[in-house]
Order: sequence, then structure tokens, then C-alpha cells
Amino acid sequence: MTQDSPFKIASKTFKSRLIVGTGKYKDFAETRSAVEESGAEIVTVAVRRVNITDRGKENLLDYLDPRRYQILPNTAGCYTAEEAIRTCRLAREVGVGDMVKLEVIGDEKTLFPDVPATIEAAKVLVKEGFKVLPYITDDPVTCLKLQEVGCVAVMPLAAPIGSGLGIRNPYNLAIIVEQAKVPVIVDAGVGTASDAAEAMELGCDGVLMNTAIAGAKDPLAMARAMKLGIEAGRIAYLSGRIEKKLYATASSPITGIVR
Amino acid sequence: MGAGKDSSAFTITLNGEPYRVDGEARLSALIAALKMRPTRIAVELNREVVPKADYDKTILKAGDQLEIINFVGGG
Repeated sequence: MTQDSPFKIASKTFKSRLIVGTGKYKDFAETRSAVEESGAEIVTVAVRRVNITDRGKENLLDYLDPRRYQILPNTAGCYTAEEAIRTCRLAREVGVGDMVKLEVIGDEKTLFPDVPATIEAAKVLVKEGFKVLPYITDDPVTCLKLQEVGCVAVMPLAAPIGSGLGIRNPYNLAIIVEQAKVPVIVDAGVGTASDAAEAMELGCDGVLMNTAIAGAKDPLAMARAMKLGIEAGRIAYLSGRIEKKLYATASSPITGIVR
Repeated sequence: MGAGKDSSAFTITLNGEPYRVDGEARLSALIAALKMRPTRIAVELNREVVPKADYDKTILKAGDQLEIINFVGGG
């Protein structure tokens, strides 16, 4: 049977190709359960001021052990390269790794990336030794530029964050996959398991999602569905699917028919 | 000495709000007083990240801008 190559980001190997966010859950316990059901080994987190007045509070990392999970801090809420760089420097000092999900947002309504600012921030962060995974548009030229400046992956969006629209431009994604020398992880806009499978069938290396699971009526069930969808899509991709044809080719013999 | 008032107290900005530091001006003492765990946070003092190893020897003074962050749920 076809063997899969390992999923490697920078020099780390992961068994799961599903990366999940930790936002929008009811509480930390539900977050943990959903992450466990998903089988994800990498989880994104946001970087925010500690609530000073809420003493002795539990922390997200009490529920997601950094020794078990690769914590991937994001720069959500950053609208400039400077804000994103500042956030990454703080995130790294928490001390659970130097991988970061770089987001520099260009528009409040669409939450689409500010592409020039993302590239600018990536250059600085790579120089400072961060392992940068940039959230970016599904533009092949930009993805190549981000690889050239040293990002360890590229994360083109399927559709706007939280929109659930699925992959809007599979052709661009296929081009990005073909040209990429680093892992391509579809990030944002996934809605259901078939979207995740589609991403994998296009040859993507992984999928990152948050709302699709956290916002489902049954998040634990959806987490499981996504896990299976990613696995199915990956195996289908490696299996070498049939070509698409305009006309039929019978599956049963055309000789020996009783007349 | 002054009458009653603690003359060693001063005000910093902590996470965007004024915060009165009474007594120990050491950063590690403030973190402990706020019941925060160093393994869950990162600190920025006047726009510079403070390495964890320096929490003990970092002394705060009036007018300092302190940001203490942690990880929360996010996508």
C-alpha cells in the first residue's frame, strides 16, 4: 500500500496533519476534549494581556500541556508588521517554542492579510530565529516570496476566517502546492470534513481550522470528522485518483451479455 | 520620615492601566504578588521583552510601562 512521507515543519515531525485552534470554545475543558478528539498535535493560541484582577486563574496551558502539544502562538489582532513582531517576541519568551503563526490583518471585515506587511514581518522574524508559519492569501507569487524569505511553511487561506465557505480557489492552491518547497497548510475558511479532505486531495500538507470545529453543534463529533476527513483526503491523494472524463467507460464487461 | 504614607510606593502602567507598586520594586516580587506563574507568562518592560532569567534582577521604577501576557484561546 502507498506509504506516506512524514509531515515535517522545520525539523519537527508530526503524525497528524490537522492543526486546530483553541478559540471560541465554551471553556478550557471543552477545548481540551475537542483537541484530543481531533488528534491534532499542533494547536494555535492567541497572545493577550493577563487579566490582573482575576487572581489565581487557570491557564490554557494547564489544559494543553506544552510537552504534549506544539503550541503555535498567533499574532491575531495585529494590523501592522511592528505589532506582529512585538507579539512574536513576547510569545517566544513564554518559553514553549519558537514557532509562530504570523498574521498581519489588512481588513477588519474580511480579516484578509496585509500581504506587504506580512512579508516585511516575516523577514524580520526569520532573521531573529523564529520558525514562521504565515497566514496568507491563496496567491502563488506571495507564497513563493514567503518561502524565499525563509518561512518554514505557507498557510494560504481557503476562505475568510470563520466563514465556513471551504476552498474558494482550488486552482490557486494546486499551483501553490506544485511550486512549494515547504509544507502548504490550508488555514481559514474550512467548514466541514469534505473541505478538509478536498485540501488534502489537492496535495496540501495539512489543514488548520478553528471555527469549523468549535462552532459546530457537536464540536467533539466534528473534531473526529475532521480527523477522518484529513486522513481520507491524504490517502486518496497518495492513491493516484482516476482522471476526470467527459464520457463514460463501462465498469462491467461488454461481452457475454445474455440477449 | 514622612507621616504614615509609604514613600517607597510608586505608580507604573501595567497592561495599560495605572498600577501602584507598594514595597518590593523587584519584577519577580510583583509577579508573585499578582499570583502569576512565570511559566505561563511573558513580560515586556518599556517595549523590551524581559528574559525570564532577569525577573529577579529587574527593578521597577515610577513611570515604567509593563505588559504581562499569557496564551488564551485563539485560531
